Amino acid sequence: MSDARLRAEALTLAYDDRVVARDLDVQITDGSFTVIVGPNACGKSTLLRSLARVLKPRSGAVHLDGQAIASYPSREVARRLGMLSQSPVVPGGIVVEELVARGRFAHQRLLRQWSPEDEAAVADAMRQTEVAELADRFVDELSGGQRQRVWLAMALAQQTPILLLDEPTTFLDLSHQFEVLDLCAELHEQGRTIVAVLHDLNHACRYATELIVMRDGVVLAQGAPTEVMTAELVEAVFGMPCRVMSDPETDTPMIVPAGRQRRRAARAGATPATASRSGA
Amino acid sequence: MNAAGVRLRRSGGATRLVIRTRAGRLSLRVHLRALLVGAGLLVVALSVSLVNLSTGDFPLPLREVLRSLLGQGDPGTDFIVHELRLPRVLITVLVGAALGASGTIFQRLTRNPLGSPDFVGLTVGAATGALVVLLLLDGGGPQVAVGAVLGCLATSVAIYLLAFRRGVQPFRLVLMGIGVSALLESFNSYLIYRSRLDEALSAQVWLIGSVNGRGWTEVALVGGTLAVLLPVALYHGRHLDMLGMGDETAVLQGVPVERGRAVLALTGVGLAAGATAAAGPIAFVALAAPQLATRLTRSPHAGVLPAALMGSALLSASDWAAQHALPGDDMPVGVVTAALGGVYLTWLLFHERRHNG
Repeated sequence: MSDARLRAEALTLAYDDRVVARDLDVQITDGSFTVIVGPNACGKSTLLRSLARVLKPRSGAVHLDGQAIASYPSREVARRLGMLSQSPVVPGGIVVEELVARGRFAHQRLLRQWSPEDEAAVADAMRQTEVAELADRFVDELSGGQRQRVWLAMALAQQTPILLLDEPTTFLDLSHQFEVLDLCAELHEQGRTIVAVLHDLNHACRYATELIVMRDGVVLAQGAPTEVMTAELVEAVFGMPCRVMSDPETDTPMIVPAGRQRRRAARAGATPATASRSGA
Repeated sequence: MNAAGVRLRRSGGATRLVIRTRAGRLSLRVHLRALLVGAGLLVVALSVSLVNLSTGDFPLPLREVLRSLLGQGDPGTDFIVHELRLPRVLITVLVGAALGASGTIFQRLTRNPLGSPDFVGLTVGAATGALVVLLLLDGGGPQVAVGAVLGCLATSVAIYLLAFRRGVQPFRLVLMGIGVSALLESFNSYLIYRSRLDEALSAQVWLIGSVNGRGWTEVALVGGTLAVLLPVALYHGRHLDMLGMGDETAVLQGVPVERGRAVLALTGVGLAAGATAAAGPIAFVALAAPQLATRLTRSPHAGVLPAALMGSALLSASDWAAQHALPGDDMPVGVVTAALGGVYLTWLLFHERRHNG
């Protein structure tokens, strides 16, 4: 296990003075579809951003193929690892096909600006994400969902063996959410390592081969959904009582939140100190 | 698909020329419209230059000018063409190119159409350097050029350091540049105010920006600057597209963001410094050339080469206007470009306001 392609060692992650995570060790199993889940502000996106070397860790290091990721030339990393960011800057005046084509930057040279592989990769990426019919539209005129798929196409055009996705289903309607997740599953079946941050636990359990469950910058559990996803864990992580059942469609764990009455009772039981103080 | 050859491909709303060798080992992809516009601008710049070579106090037939350029002219014509007019014409073309290239680099790094070197204080800084040499150190000629280059470099370092706060935000850089610019402007006025009348006059002429009475030294200065820095700018020009998408996306796509930006910024500073040292702080060309090239090429942003060629065409035409279209004897070209700049800027702001509702 110690030679996973992508791993983080003793990471301390921080924005300015706010420390998000301390001494974090994470291994991304090769060829897995890993999904990182956890409550808001638990550090899951921060971890993903540091794995993609967009956020420099305060201390510790991310290793890619046995070498510190910071020691590679930027282009070399971009050929092995790509990421769909959460809210990228939308450049003005650029059409969809041109933006997707920019995903080929790491494969291009001064005298190798548009190889047949570039052309094929861009066409494939646009077909897979169903944005081919938007090719001539300006990116800043698209809806949030269309734009999300265009950014995904750009990341796919990069054709990296490792692909990180930061909440890829945001902005998407229900059917497009599943299309994107299906696409990720397909890419995973083709042998790529996928790491995604998802909010929906049921999506996570359905698609992940491996879950990383985080809270307050700490990894509480890592493993196959059927092994790690329990009602106790969900309650510990999200502070919400629930039942874990078997998904009738896929036999994966399915989280059913407890009803309002039981949640209220649990909240009152969880914080007797504050309750009694306010009652006094 | 693997065939070698040249073909036209419509993609993403623009036609691109794709040139490939067999098996796609080497390939070029050029925005066709940018190529045509570039060629057109080159023709304009060269034509206006020829006109400028043939007109003046002693009008020369175009045929004589061409013959002299090819080294077959008579001594009289050769003297007029090579000694009197050619340096000026070359400086105009080269300074225009340097300003255009520098302008597009800065506007795109700052992601702001006002982020050009004449707005963020670089040319004012060069002027301060030149004035210090002219008025305080009693220097002239090449020393003034050295002063301008040093002034420009010192100002850019100062703006960078002042704008730095955990990295440099483009907008902060522009605002800081405008502030520093105002400060140096007032210092320049003070230097002129305390000088003798004849000194003040020559300083003021330098400040307007002019290609009059420049010689082969200045040609070599700006020519050398371009020869070194334009290839660097062209090579890193591809990074400009990627940097425009924000640092995060650029990093993810494999752009060496910090290094690329530093190289581009230094190149832009160097081009502005060389141009200003040779011809004074000529207004408006660096501001407008990239914008005009953008509109003509109908691309999101002007490439380095189209912007440079637009600068050449624009400055050549302005110098022709300064010499012939306006009353007065040999008007400095800076007067014309400043007037054009005022009109252009007003139009730009008016248009933006309408555009944004």
